[in-house]
Amino acid sequence: MNIFVLLKRTFDTEEKISIANGVINEDGAEFIINPYDEYAVEEAIQIRDDHGGEVTVLTVGNEDAEKQLRTALAMGADKAVLINIEDDVEYSDQYTTAKIIAEYLKDKEVDLIIAGNVAIDNASGQVGPRVADLLDIPYITTITNLTIDGKNVSVVRDVEGDEEKIETTLPLLVTAQQGLNDPRYPSLPGIMKAKKKPLATLELDDLDLEEEDVEAKTKTIEIYLPQQKQAGKLLTGEIEEQVKELVSLLHTEAKVI
Amino acid sequence: MNFDLTAEQNMIQKTIREFSEEEVAKGALERDRSKTFPKEIFQKLADLGMMGLPFPEEYGGAGADTISFAIVVEELSKACASTGITYSAHISLGGAPIHLFGTKKQKEEYLPLICSGQSLGAFGLTEPNAGSDASGTKTKAIEQGDSFIINGNKCFITNASYAEFVALTAVTNSDGKKSEISAIIVPTNSKGFTVIDNYEKMGLHASNTTELVLENVQVPKENLLGERGQGFKQFLQTLDGGRIGIGAMAVGIAQAAYEKALAYAKGRKQFGKSISSFQAIQFKLADMAMKIELARNMVYKAAWLKDQKRPFTKEASICKLYASEICMEITSQAVQIHGGNGYMQDYHVERYMRDAKLLEIGEGTSEVQRMVIAKQIGC
Repeated sequence: MNIFVLLKRTFDTEEKISIANGVINEDGAEFIINPYDEYAVEEAIQIRDDHGGEVTVLTVGNEDAEKQLRTALAMGADKAVLINIEDDVEYSDQYTTAKIIAEYLKDKEVDLIIAGNVAIDNASGQVGPRVADLLDIPYITTITNLTIDGKNVSVVRDVEGDEEKIETTLPLLVTAQQGLNDPRYPSLPGIMKAKKKPLATLELDDLDLEEEDVEAKTKTIEIYLPQQKQAGKLLTGEIEEQVKELVSLLHTEAKVI
Repeated sequence: MNFDLTAEQNMIQKTIREFSEEEVAKGALERDRSKTFPKEIFQKLADLGMMGLPFPEEYGGAGADTISFAIVVEELSKACASTGITYSAHISLGGAPIHLFGTKKQKEEYLPLICSGQSLGAFGLTEPNAGSDASGTKTKAIEQGDSFIINGNKCFITNASYAEFVALTAVTNSDGKKSEISAIIVPTNSKGFTVIDNYEKMGLHASNTTELVLENVQVPKENLLGERGQGFKQFLQTLDGGRIGIGAMAVGIAQAAYEKALAYAKGRKQFGKSISSFQAIQFKLADMAMKIELARNMVYKAAWLKDQKRPFTKEASICKLYASEICMEITSQAVQIHGGNGYMQDYHVERYMRDAKLLEIGEGTSEVQRMVIAKQIGC
C-alpha cells in the first residue's frame, strides 16, 4: 500500500501571535507539525504496519520544514518529500499548494492520501479536498476511524459531533480529525535513524511547473489580531429592569438590534 | 564555536520534554508523598528506546551522545527528580561500567538487559566506611577455585531492587597495607545476596535507594569486570560520567523551581501589585536565570568534551559542583518567593529543595568535587 501524508509546518499552538508590518512575526516562534497532520502521520504508520507498504510524508514550504519532515520520519514514516517553493513563489494560497501536490502525485501510484482536517494556522481545510479533486479520486473529511479490507474502506467521520459511516474504495483521500488516534512520540532509535532516511527536495522546475501555473487565486488584504476580549458585564436588579437594560445595551452599545 | 543543538538533540529534547510534561510531571507530587517508584514511567521510557541511550546499537542501545543523555536527564528531573536520578544512575552508573570495561561476552550478556529496561542499572561502590575514599572498602572477594566468594555491605545503592545484576567493588587481595580493589558483576538473585529497601530519606522519595548485604555470595571468576585491581580507577572513570548526570539533574530541578517561582511572582499580588514588580524579587529571579544558564552551559561543555573523547574529569566536577550548589540556592529561593505557600507540598518547590540537597552529596560531595578540581589544576 502506497500511503502519502500531506503535512504542514505550523506555529506551535501555544505561541503568542504578534503582527509586525502586516505580517505575522515568526522571530523566535516554535514550529511544529500541524497537530491534525500528526494524526495523519500516525494513522499512515499504523496502516502500513498492518497492511505493508510505504509511507511518504509530503510538504510544500521552505527548507525550514525539513525539521518537521524529519520528525515524521522519526515517528516511523519511510520517506519524505519537500517541495521547496521559497525561491519560486512569492505569494501562495490553498490553490497553489493543492496544485503543486497534485502535480507531484499525478504520476505516482497512490492508494491512500491522508491529510489533516485543517491546518491550525490558516485553517481553511481546503488543500486535502482540492488535491483529491485534481487527482479525480474520492475524499472524506474529518474522519475519526478508518478500516481497510483489500480495496474496500469503511470510514467514520465526525459531523459536528455526530457520526457518519461511509463505505468507499481505494484510492482515496481522507482528512484526519482529532480522536482518530493517539500520535506516538518518536522513539529514540527512530530519531537516530531519521537522518538516514531519504528526504528528497524538489522545486517547481522538477515538476515542470511555472510560477503562473500555481499563481494564487486569492489575495490577502489585511492581517489583524482579534479584538481583545473585554470583561463581561453582569446585570443586577429586578428581572424586568435587567431585561430593559439588556435590550438598551444591545441597541446602543453592541448595536446589534 | 557553535551553541546550537544538532537536529537529533533538538528532536530528543522536544520528545522528552513533551513526554516529561505529559507522563512524568503529573504524578510527581503523589509519588513523593507515597514513596512510589515510577515503574510505569520506566516501562514507557523503555518503549521509547531511552533506556539504552548512549550504548551501541548492537547491544540494543541507540548510540546517542552524552549531550543527549544530559538533555534527557534534565527534562526528566525537571518533572520529577526521583525519575531523573533513577534514569541517570541506570545509564551512567549501571550501564556505563559494563560498556566501558566489560568483555565482549559481558557486554552481550548484560547490556541488552540495560538497554531494554528489563534490568535497571545499579552500581555498588559506597560502604558505611568507604565512598570517595576507597581505602575503607571492607567488602571482600576471596578466590575459591573458579569462583569469588563475596562478603560485605554496601549502602545508598540506587536502583538495586529493580536490577538483575550489580557491578560492585570488593577487595580481591590485601597485603595488610594496600588493598587490591576490583569490580565484580554480581547477579542480584545470587544466594546470600539481599537488597534492603527501607531508608527514610529527606527527598527523592520515589527513587529506589538500597542497602546490599552479601553473605558468602558465590560468582564465577569470569564476572570480574575489567582488570583485576583496577576497580577503583574504573569507578572513578564511571563517576566522571555520572557527574554529568548529576549536573544535568541539578539544572532540571533548578529550571523547574525557577519557572514555578517566576509564574508565582507574576501572579502573586501584595501591596497592590505583582511581587515580580519588586526589585527584591526581580533580582532573585534574575540571579536564578543567570545561574541556570551558566550551569547548563557547563553541563553541555563537560558532555561535549566526553563526546569528543577528550579529558573531562575537571569539567565534570565543575559542572556537578556548580550546578548542584546553584540548584540548592535556587530551590531555596523559590520556596522563599512562594512565602508560606512554598513551605507547603502542593506548591512543589519544597520538594525541589529536598531533592536538590542530594545533589551536593551523591557521586562525590561538594568537598570531594573541590578536591578533584584542585588536583586537576595542579595543587
